[in-house]
Order: sequence, then C-alpha cells, then structure tokens
Amino acid sequence: MKKTGAQILLESLQLEGVDTIFGFPGGAVIGIYDALLNSPIRHILVRHEQAAVHAADGYARSSGRIGVCLVTSGPGATNTVTGLATAYMDSIPVVVLTGQVSTGLIGNDAFQEADIMGITRPCTKHSYLVKDVKELARTIKEAFYIAGTGRHGPVLVDLPKDVMADSAEFNYPESVNMQSYNPTYRGHRGQIQKAFKLILKANRPLIYAGGGVISSDASEELTTFARTLSIPVTATLMGLGCFPGVDELSLGMLGMHGTYRANMAVTNCDLLIAVGARFDDRVTGKIEEFAPNAKIIHIDIDPTSISKNIRVDIPIVGDAKDVLRKINKLIQEEKGDWRSIRREWLDQILQWKNTYPLAYEQKDVIKPQYVVEKIYEITKGEAIISTEVGQNQMWTAQYYHFTKPRTLLTSGGLGTMGYGFPAAIGAQIAFPDKIVIDIAGDGSIQMNIQELATVAQYNLPVKIAILNNRYLGMVRQWQGLFHNKRYSQTHLEVSPDFVKLAEAYGAVGLRATKPEEVVPTIEKALSISKAVIMDFVVEQEEDVYPMVPVGAPLKEMLLV
Amino acid sequence: MESEILDMRHTISALVLNQPGVLSRIAGLFSGRGFNIESLCVAETLDPSVSRMTIVTRGNDQVIEQITKQLNKLVDIIKVVDFFGSEYVDREMILIKVTSESSSRAEILRIVDIFRGKIVDVTPKSYTIEVSGDENKIRAIIDLLKPMGIKEVVRTGKVAISRGSKGI
Repeated sequence: MKKTGAQILLESLQLEGVDTIFGFPGGAVIGIYDALLNSPIRHILVRHEQAAVHAADGYARSSGRIGVCLVTSGPGATNTVTGLATAYMDSIPVVVLTGQVSTGLIGNDAFQEADIMGITRPCTKHSYLVKDVKELARTIKEAFYIAGTGRHGPVLVDLPKDVMADSAEFNYPESVNMQSYNPTYRGHRGQIQKAFKLILKANRPLIYAGGGVISSDASEELTTFARTLSIPVTATLMGLGCFPGVDELSLGMLGMHGTYRANMAVTNCDLLIAVGARFDDRVTGKIEEFAPNAKIIHIDIDPTSISKNIRVDIPIVGDAKDVLRKINKLIQEEKGDWRSIRREWLDQILQWKNTYPLAYEQKDVIKPQYVVEKIYEITKGEAIISTEVGQNQMWTAQYYHFTKPRTLLTSGGLGTMGYGFPAAIGAQIAFPDKIVIDIAGDGSIQMNIQELATVAQYNLPVKIAILNNRYLGMVRQWQGLFHNKRYSQTHLEVSPDFVKLAEAYGAVGLRATKPEEVVPTIEKALSISKAVIMDFVVEQEEDVYPMVPVGAPLKEMLLV
Repeated sequence: MESEILDMRHTISALVLNQPGVLSRIAGLFSGRGFNIESLCVAETLDPSVSRMTIVTRGNDQVIEQITKQLNKLVDIIKVVDFFGSEYVDREMILIKVTSESSSRAEILRIVDIFRGKIVDVTPKSYTIEVSGDENKIRAIIDLLKPMGIKEVVRTGKVAISRGSKGI
C-alpha cells in the first residue's frame, strides 16, 4: 500500500524511536501537521522556531537520544539557524526537519522560500533536500545515523511540500550503507600502547576531559581510569559532570574562568591527557604557554580536532569509551601504589586549592554565587541544570558541583544567550519527574521568554532562577576591566517585572531581594509543581573570578 | 623540515559523491576556514555516481593536514589524497587566442610546434591554440606568445594522477 510523504516521514521517525518532536507549523508543512494528528508522536508546540531546536538539543543532551524538531519553510527554517549552530559547535545530535516550497517553485523566490541548505551548510554536520518521495525513507535513516554517530551533530532535512503529498511504497531500510561516511570508533592499539607507557612514566599527569566523554557515555571509564591511577581531572565547560565534581581528584573547570588549581595544574603537569576535548581558545589561553612542560595525549573521535590548535605527541582517533576501556584493561595488569606515587603532585594541587579557592563574600546584597551554591545544596546536585550565557553560566560552572553526566545543559561553543530556557523545556520533556532549573541572567532570559507559554501549555514544572543584576553582566565586566568602565549599552535600564510576567503566563513568580530570602525562595519554588520564575535581585557589579584575560597564559589569572 | 613552517603548494585529489551541493560544501569549507584554492577541477569518473576533484592549494604542514582532514570529514567525500612528496603526473590544458599578423604567423606556428600544441581555430587576425602540459611548460608558452599579443587565455586548472600501477 502506498503512503504519502508525510506518513512515510512520521513512520520513519517512529522507527527511529522518536516519540516526541518540538515544532511550529506553517504553510509548507501543513500536510505533515495533518498527518501528525494520526500519529502517536507527541508534538510540543513552541512559540518560536529557535526554541524548537534548543529544546530538541536540551532533550538530546539530557537523555542521550536524538532530538527532533519540525518547522516550516522560509522564516521557520531561518529561525533554526542559531539552534543549529549551537548544536553544531557542541556536537549535539539533532535532526531538524524543515518544510520547503514545492519542488517546481524552488529557486523562484517563492513565498516563504529560503535556501536553507545553503544558509546552514557551515553549521550542520550534513544536510539533505529530498526531491523524490522514494528517497525519503532512506534519507531519514541516514540523517539519524549521521547525527548520532562519529562526532555527533545536527542534520537538516529539507522537505518540499509536494514531496510530502506525493506517495510511494514505504520500506524503511534496516541498515545504512554509505561508502563516504565511516567514523573511526576503535582506537589504534599501537597508539594506545604508546600512550599507556607515557602514562605510567609520568610524574605529574593531568586529565583534561571534554564534552566528548559525555557524548560517548564514557564517564564510568574515565572515572575508573582517573581513580585507579590517582590522576587529577579538570573538565571543560562541556565536560562538567563527566567526573564527579566533588571527588578529591576533581579540579573543577579549567580555562578563562577556571579554578586556580586547574589552571596551575595544566601549567605544571608533565603529561596532559585530553579526552574528547578540542583545545578551544577559552580553555587554552595563550596557546604557546598552554601546558608548556607536558607531553600531550589526545583522544578524540574527530581527526580534525587533533593537531588543529596544538601539536600533540600521541594522537588517538577513536571513541573515548572504547579507548579508555582499552587503557583501563592495560592498567589492570599494572600493580602500583599510585596514591603514594602521586602524593607529591596531589599535595601540590591541594596547596593551590587552599591558596586560592573559589570564593566570594556574602554581605547585605545577594551575591549571585550564593544563589548558585544554595541551588546546588538544596538540590543535592541531583537536578538538571541549564544555563544561559555569560556570568550566570560561569558561576554555575564554578559553584554547582556537577557529579553526573548529562546534568548540565549549556551552550559552550557558540555561547548562545536564550539557549537555557528552551533547553530546560527539552530536558523536562525527557525527564518529567526530575528537577530542571534554568540558571539565567536578566538579559538572556528575555531572548526566549516567550516559551513561558509553552511551559504553561504542557504544565512543565521548569524552574528559572534569574540572577538579576540589571546588566549584561559579562560584557559589563569586560568593559570594566578593559574599557575603563565605559559601560556602553550593557545597562538594562528597563526589564519587565518578572514576577508579574510569570503570573501573566500562568506560572508562579517569586522574588528575593535579601540574602536570607534566597533559601526559602528556592525551597518554595521546588515545592510548586508548576513553572516558577525566581527573580534574585543580586549585586549589580559582581565579577566572575578567576579570570584569564584574552591572550594571556593560563597561569596569569586575575584572582579578584 | 621547511614545509612545517613554509607555505608549500599541494595537489590534492578527492573522490566525492556526484551530488548537488557537494561543490558548494567544499568551496564553503575552504572559504569558511580561510584556506585558499589556487585551482579546482571537477568531473565525473568512470562511475557516474562519483566525481573526482583536483584541488591545488597552499599551506604549511599544519594547514594542509587540516585541509585534508576537514575534506575527509565531509559526509559526501569518499577519499582524499595529497600528492605532495609522492610520484605523480599533473597536467593542465590551456586555450590561447593570440593575435596573428603576417609578420608573426610563422613564429607562432613554430612555437606551437615546439610545444606540441594544436591550432584549433584560425581567422585572418588570430590563432587559437590548444596546449597541455605541466606548469612550467604552460608558463613557458604563455611567456613566448606574449610578445605576439595574447587576447585571451582559458586554463582548465590542474588534474593529477599518481605514477605507477596503483589507483587512488
């Protein structure tokens, strides 16, 4: 029996295990939305297409599944660009389905036509334009395969309206056969052996773990590796949670706003073991002085990440989980009292920690760090936390000790303000019973604030904690440090009353203006089974420290 | 090695799926990452579903490593080979329209003959010449014909193939 393109699409999604999609309808996808009424797939209606991609992304990051979103052609499609670029930079598996004008109209500057393949080519892992309904099933199969294998990433499938109305026999392919795409999963044995020898010889080894550890579900392997050999671990923003943040071997985050001990450990280590990390400029600071005394082992599934920014001594292309497993196997046969062998190195790190711990002073005005710390304590680190971008993001990275993978959702690579709230929606859909909190700034929360309607419609108990300093705080901080306090356009003189705004959308609004109100506010918010905005009126000109100025080596941190 | 720091010219062959958009993915990759393309030549292979591209580019070792890796990463690319440092043959074809006057005609014909070129079109005032060869040969014939008055030159860009019995 023949089926329409729209039916084939939805049944293909089901066969990929998709039960929820995020989207927003329009003319070019009206046929798909019609077929959706007869499909068991749940559709979450967002209020802006950008939020649909971020929600699918948050769903993917928190659950490890592939996030899916569906939007219409033209403006619907162009609104997904920021979401795609966000997912691309952080290697998140998302499939974005865009409507397109009918094949006969493509290229005619038709109503709501955009060359979305052309527009998104640099920010997608791959993209397809389906010109024939017979190609549809295979294309969907490939799109999911590409998004969720190798280095994960977003894939866009452009679906012309007439192709969705056309019909064909539906046969979903069982496997993918692509001669041109074949990611390397298994690490090279010889390279692993070489790495292993270096690891045994090192006196001051350090693990530098990135988002790749989380996307390959290698946290357990990494933890075994670090603990068995007593190797300290520093994580990138994307890697937070891949190793328990409260472990004595954990040094917290490294880089521009990393901890003193992490950055000093990088500068002084004699072996740096990078796992699923890409030596991003916010991590390395001045690249010539990054880990200057260290041999470098780099484990990454993407060959282009290796030797892109820094020369490495032992590259290992492969899946972090596979490579770490193999290393752990080799370790088992080595007997050694690693704790005492490492004592000197670990003592040195402890001394750095005690000299300059992360610190702030809570006086009469609420400190943003205090809010984050209390959220951590009250949720016992069990919540899923998303962030916006800027100071709120860095304080979250510093003061919320992530102990489990997939509990921090943050736009690390692109740095997208407006990401956190829709991402929290996606996570709440994936985990209806978990506490999901978006830690936001008063600036960034307004970039996708319209999604309050979405949480109201689906009764999602997402919590938003606004660290409200009436500034675009991170930019203001830079203006303060590097531009003589000339606060150009960073003062948000007017913002809505967030409490009333929450109420207008049928959510609950709470405000805390004094330090002693912080804990009761968080506790109250968590006791409410609806969406809650917590408006924390915080110190206006608090800065994030430590800070490595752009272009400076990691050891040159501004500490206060 | 000097190629570690100096920009060297590399000739890269890539087998790619013969699909719409492939060329723009590659062009976008080069422009987006700031790599340069000196020449680019694309056509179908014996298998019509696969095209072969010859890209001439310039860069130090690290840049070339990134170029080949980034090309390999594109989903539509099947294989990438950098000929640098290996035995290979490269050729380019050019068409040159040169002014011919009674005084220069014989000289032009002699040059074309020396370079084993062909006259493919003649008018009372011009010759159109077809020549193929490696870079030095092409440069040499252009230099020799310049004094006669070159009206137009069209170059195909380089194609390359490895020496020996093995294909890529």
